[in-house]
Amino acid sequence: MAPRDLTMREAARADSGKRVDLLLIAEMVKPGSRVLDVGSGDGELLELLATTRGCDARGIELSREGVNAGVARGLAIIQGDADVDLADYPDDSFDYVILSQTIQATRRPKWVLEQMLRVGTHAIVSFPNFGFWRMRLDLLLNGRMPSTENLPYSWHDTPNIHFCTIRDFVALVEEVGARIDRAAALNGYGHPVRFNLPWAVWNLLGEQAVFLLSRKG
Amino acid sequence: MSDTTALRDLPAYEAARGEADNPHSAVVRFGADTPLQLDAGGVLTPFQIAYQTYGTLNAARSNAILLCHALSGDQHAANVHPVTGKPGWWETLVGPGKPVDTDRFFVIASNVLGGCLGTTGPSSTNPATGQPYGLDLPVVTIRDMVRAQAMLVDHLGIEKLLAVVGGSMGGMQVLQWAASYPERVFAAMPIATAARHSAQNIAFHEVGRQAVMADPEWRGGRYLNEGTSPRRGLAVARMAAHITYMSDSSLHRKFGRRLQDRDGHTFSFDADFQVESYLRHQGEAFVDRFDANSYLYVTRAMDYFDLAGDYGGVLANAFKGAKTRFCLVSFTSDWLFTTADSRAVVHALNAAGAQVSFAEIESDKGHDSFLLDEPEFFAITRGFIDAAARAVGVK
Repeated sequence: MAPRDLTMREAARADSGKRVDLLLIAEMVKPGSRVLDVGSGDGELLELLATTRGCDARGIELSREGVNAGVARGLAIIQGDADVDLADYPDDSFDYVILSQTIQATRRPKWVLEQMLRVGTHAIVSFPNFGFWRMRLDLLLNGRMPSTENLPYSWHDTPNIHFCTIRDFVALVEEVGARIDRAAALNGYGHPVRFNLPWAVWNLLGEQAVFLLSRKG
Repeated sequence: MSDTTALRDLPAYEAARGEADNPHSAVVRFGADTPLQLDAGGVLTPFQIAYQTYGTLNAARSNAILLCHALSGDQHAANVHPVTGKPGWWETLVGPGKPVDTDRFFVIASNVLGGCLGTTGPSSTNPATGQPYGLDLPVVTIRDMVRAQAMLVDHLGIEKLLAVVGGSMGGMQVLQWAASYPERVFAAMPIATAARHSAQNIAFHEVGRQAVMADPEWRGGRYLNEGTSPRRGLAVARMAAHITYMSDSSLHRKFGRRLQDRDGHTFSFDADFQVESYLRHQGEAFVDRFDANSYLYVTRAMDYFDLAGDYGGVLANAFKGAKTRFCLVSFTSDWLFTTADSRAVVHALNAAGAQVSFAEIESDKGHDSFLLDEPEFFAITRGFIDAAARAVGVK
C-alpha cells in the first residue's frame, strides 16, 4: 500500500521540482531540529530537511520499497506502521513529528495525532482536503464518490480510508486538545490560499492543507 | 607448513588442525600482562586472536570497519580460504568497489574466541598442558568474544570504529559492541540477528551438540588427544543446522523431489533424493574445516546471548544514550532470525532515542540470504556505510 497519493505529489510540484507542501513543511521546521517524518516515502522530505534545514531527520515508512530506497541513500528510515509503531517512541523524543499526505491513510487518525503530540513537541500535518470545491461539485453533480486526477482511486480500492475536510481536521485538533500555531492551504494550482480568510473559505478553495500544531499549555 | 599449496596436499582435516595454533593469518598474542576476563569467571591467559585485514588504515585512523562472522564463519571474509581454497564468505559484499569498499576502508575480520582458525579455542594448545584444550577451555560468551575483539582493535591502534558489521551470530556481536563500547562504534549494522537466542534456536543447537557428543569418536571431547575425530556427529549437526539456514521454498526450488543420479527409488536408505545428497555433502565439507568442540563452544555462546538480560531485562537500557547510528536488516524468508527479532531491537533503539534504520529484504533464500547475492541488501549496506563515512569525513 502506498500511503501517499503519488498523483497529487506529482501534480503539486513547484518549479524547483519539489512538492509545494513539503517546501511549506520544511519552512515551518526550525533549523537544526530533531524531526520524525511518519510515512516518509522514499525520504524526499527527510533529505530536504537534512540538507536545507540541518535537521536530524528520521522516518517511518510502511512500504518496503520506500524504506529500502531511502536507506540506500543513507537516510535513517525504519520500516514500520504509524498506526502501531508510534507507541514505541518515548515522550518528547523529537521537536517535530510530521505526517505529510498520510493521515487519511491511517486506521486511527486521532490516536496517531495524539501520539505525534506526545512524541514531538510540535506536529505538522498535511492532507488532501475533501471539502475542496471540486470534490463537492463532483459528488453533487455525479452522485458518486469523487475520483479526481489527484485522488484517482475508486472508493473500494484506495489506501485513503479516512478522508477529512479542513474543518473536520480543525475539529479533531480541538478534540485532542492541541493548539494550531500555523496553517496554510494550497489551491488547485498548488499555490497558497490567501491567509486572512475564514476556515469555511479555505475549506472550499484549499485542495490541500498544512497545519503546525503543538500541545496546549 | 610454509604455504597454502603444501597444506592443500595434506588431508583437509590436518590443514584445519594446523590452523588452530599457527594459522594462515596475522596473529596477535596476548600474554600474562593482558588477560581476557571471561563471563564464566576467571581469566583466559595467554590467548591469541587470528585476523585478516583488507585495505589501508588512513592517517586519522577513522576508516576502520570490523566484520563479525557467524557460527561457521571465520576471519577469511574476503580472501581465498586457506583450508578449503574457496572464496571468502563475504566476498560478495567486501572488496575493492564493493559495498564495504576495501579501496576506501580498512576492514578487519577476526576469528571468534572459541573458534578453530587461529583464535584461542578448544582445539588450541593449552599452554599449561601442551595438549589441546578440549573441554578444559572455559565456556565463552558473545560478550567475551567482543571483549577479545576490542583488545585486537586496541592492538591495531584504533580508538573508534567507523562501523561494525555482521550477520547472525556476527549480528549478536555487533549489538554487543554497541552496548559494551558505544563510544567506540560510530555505525552498527546487525543483520539477520536477534538480541537474544530463542528457545527454538537453542533447541536446534542442542540437537547439533547431542549429535557431536553421541559420536563415539568424540571421546568426551578428548578426540584430538586420542587421535580420533567425531566426523559423523559433526556432519549430522551441520546437516540439521543447514536446513535451518534455508527455507521451505528455497529447498523446493533447488531440489524439489528430484532424484540423485537415478531413475527411481532404490528402496534403501541411500541418498535417493538430491536434497539428501546435498545435505550429506554440506556435512562432509564442514567437518574438513571445522572443529567439533568449537561447534559446541560457539553454539553455546549464541544460546547464552540475551542482551536485555544484562540490562535488567530492558533491551532499551542496553542502548541508553547511544550516539551510534544503527541499520538493521532482516530477510522475509528467514525463520531462524525473523523480522520480528530485528523489529524488537528496532523498538528498543527507538525507545532509547538512537538513530536507527531498518529494512526488510524480500528473499526466499532463508537465513543464508545475508551471505548471498541480494542487490537490495547490497544497496542498503553501501548507502548506510557511505553515509557514515560522509558524516565522519572519510573520503
